[in-house]
Amino acid sequence: MIRLENINKFYQVGGKPLHVLKELSLTIETGEYVSIMGSSGSGKSTLLNILGILDDYDSGNYHLGGTLIRDLSETQAAQYRNAYIGFVFQSFHLLPFKNAIENVALPLYYRGISRKERNVTAMDFLDRVGLADRAHHLPSELSGGQKQRLAIARALISEPRIILADEPTGALDTTTSDEVMQVIEAVNASGITVIVVTHEQDIADRTSRIITLRDGAMAVDG
Amino acid sequence: MIDRWQEVFESLNRNRFRTSITAASVAWGIFMLVILLGVGQGLQNATTWQFRDDASNSIWIFGGETSLPWDGQPVGRSIMFTDADFEQVADLSTVEYKTGRFRRRNNSIVKYKDRYQPFSIRSVHPDHKYLENTIITSGRFINDVDLAQKRKVVVIGTEVAKFLFRGVNPISEWLQIGGISYKVVGVFEDVGSEGEMRMVYIPITTAQLAYNGSNTMAMIMVTVGDATVEQTEALTDRIRSQFARNHHFDPKDSRAIRVRNNVERFAQVQTTFTMIGAFVWLVGLGTVGAGIVGVSNIMLVSVTERTQEIGLRKALGATPASIIWMILLEAVVLTGFSGYVGLVAGVGVIELLVQFMPENDYVRNPEVNFVGALTAMAVLVCFGALAGFFPAARAAAVRPIDALRSE
Repeated sequence: MIRLENINKFYQVGGKPLHVLKELSLTIETGEYVSIMGSSGSGKSTLLNILGILDDYDSGNYHLGGTLIRDLSETQAAQYRNAYIGFVFQSFHLLPFKNAIENVALPLYYRGISRKERNVTAMDFLDRVGLADRAHHLPSELSGGQKQRLAIARALISEPRIILADEPTGALDTTTSDEVMQVIEAVNASGITVIVVTHEQDIADRTSRIITLRDGAMAVDG
Repeated sequence: MIDRWQEVFESLNRNRFRTSITAASVAWGIFMLVILLGVGQGLQNATTWQFRDDASNSIWIFGGETSLPWDGQPVGRSIMFTDADFEQVADLSTVEYKTGRFRRRNNSIVKYKDRYQPFSIRSVHPDHKYLENTIITSGRFINDVDLAQKRKVVVIGTEVAKFLFRGVNPISEWLQIGGISYKVVGVFEDVGSEGEMRMVYIPITTAQLAYNGSNTMAMIMVTVGDATVEQTEALTDRIRSQFARNHHFDPKDSRAIRVRNNVERFAQVQTTFTMIGAFVWLVGLGTVGAGIVGVSNIMLVSVTERTQEIGLRKALGATPASIIWMILLEAVVLTGFSGYVGLVAGVGVIELLVQFMPENDYVRNPEVNFVGALTAMAVLVCFGALAGFFPAARAAAVRPIDALRSE
């Protein structure tokens, strides 16, 4: 599903290039449940951004589902993101002025699907994360766990091949973290590849493969 | 498409106070533009109204008194035109309609049966009706046969008819002017003031005969078709030198005859109003421009505030084009809608002015024509797009990773 070959990524910091990812190679098969760990500055966020087509890389190859992801226009990148990838963020990033069902339906809006159809689908996905009765609530009326479940429903609605979760439990307490991780595991059980970036060992332990980055290179994979 | 509009209204609605303040500044700009245009048009209408009575393409020549000695003749000689002068002017190539007037002013008692009152008498040629915009309502105007036969016929204004005839059909009735009987052959209206309809016209030849004028006349008036200002200036120069020769006065003597070139006067007024019109647009657009800058400014603030939202939309699959559309539409809707409100308010005030403003010589029927209003709207939508352009470009440049980075 995902194949990274010798990826290099530099950032310009104070006029000097900073080598963030060093010859990184990585393969993730369809349906895997992977966590990426590493201290801050290890390059894990950069890796996630490249995987999510939110950032580009300087050399190497990134194949996503057989397609080489390189030198895409912003429009193409947006279309690939919409088609392949669902994002889950630490701070949820729900639109505060849209209610639950509208938030969930947003990816389908950018796919040009009619409102009626969007809302039917969105309702279905809300139901899967147990929020059907909150469909018309604004995010501010939901608890942290509910917000993250809402964000997961939004990530799922475009039927992506991969879910990229960036510290999905970082803003949640232990109980709600567990709740959210159960939802994520259910998603993985349905056959979708799940990649979780985390710095919490107990979250990483729940996944079937832990990739640890150190100084922009693979330290542990297993 | 409906969805796109919904997104626009949603985000405008989110910050209602800011949206309404911004909208108010645009509405005010357009309101002022409309008021300026309307009142400007009113000024122009008032001036055109003052010109309405007489053909604007006419040249009037009055006899005067010499003020410079010439050829051994003293100053203070009065110059009186003759039929020969008239024929000579009438034969000039640019001249279209031509008429003389026997005297410049002349009030006489006009009497019908036992009713009488002094009215102004004008002794004229048949073409006079074109020079004064005379409208015949019944019968006819003075014609060439009247002139040739020096007939005692009269054409009277509706006010005269009303006073003397009181509902009796005046055509073919006889009335007396200064003891001479004239047959009424026509009744006229005039677009000018009421005074014009208190006039009585008789053939100039009849007047010359009846009032010991032999072959003289005090005034010659001609129209010049669509001649340019330069052509009419050449014409008046030519008339002046011709008359100087015929009547032996200094061609530089501006008092011997007086020439009023209405083409020139009208052109001057037109130019003035073109300038005023341009100025009004300039000031109005300046005011609108200030509002537009406000819109652009506030949209920039809004885009900055919404960096996260825009980043998220992009992560979820929004293309740069769809982001640009969103911001542009917001700007266009904001300016378009508030501009429309300003436009309607401005037109409303102009209408109130029309209703309640007392009649005066300076502003008349202020109005905003349809084209003007459409232009204002078109300009507004363009400016709206312009106002949205920079914010939209900034929004399109938002990088999702920067926007979404966890704190």
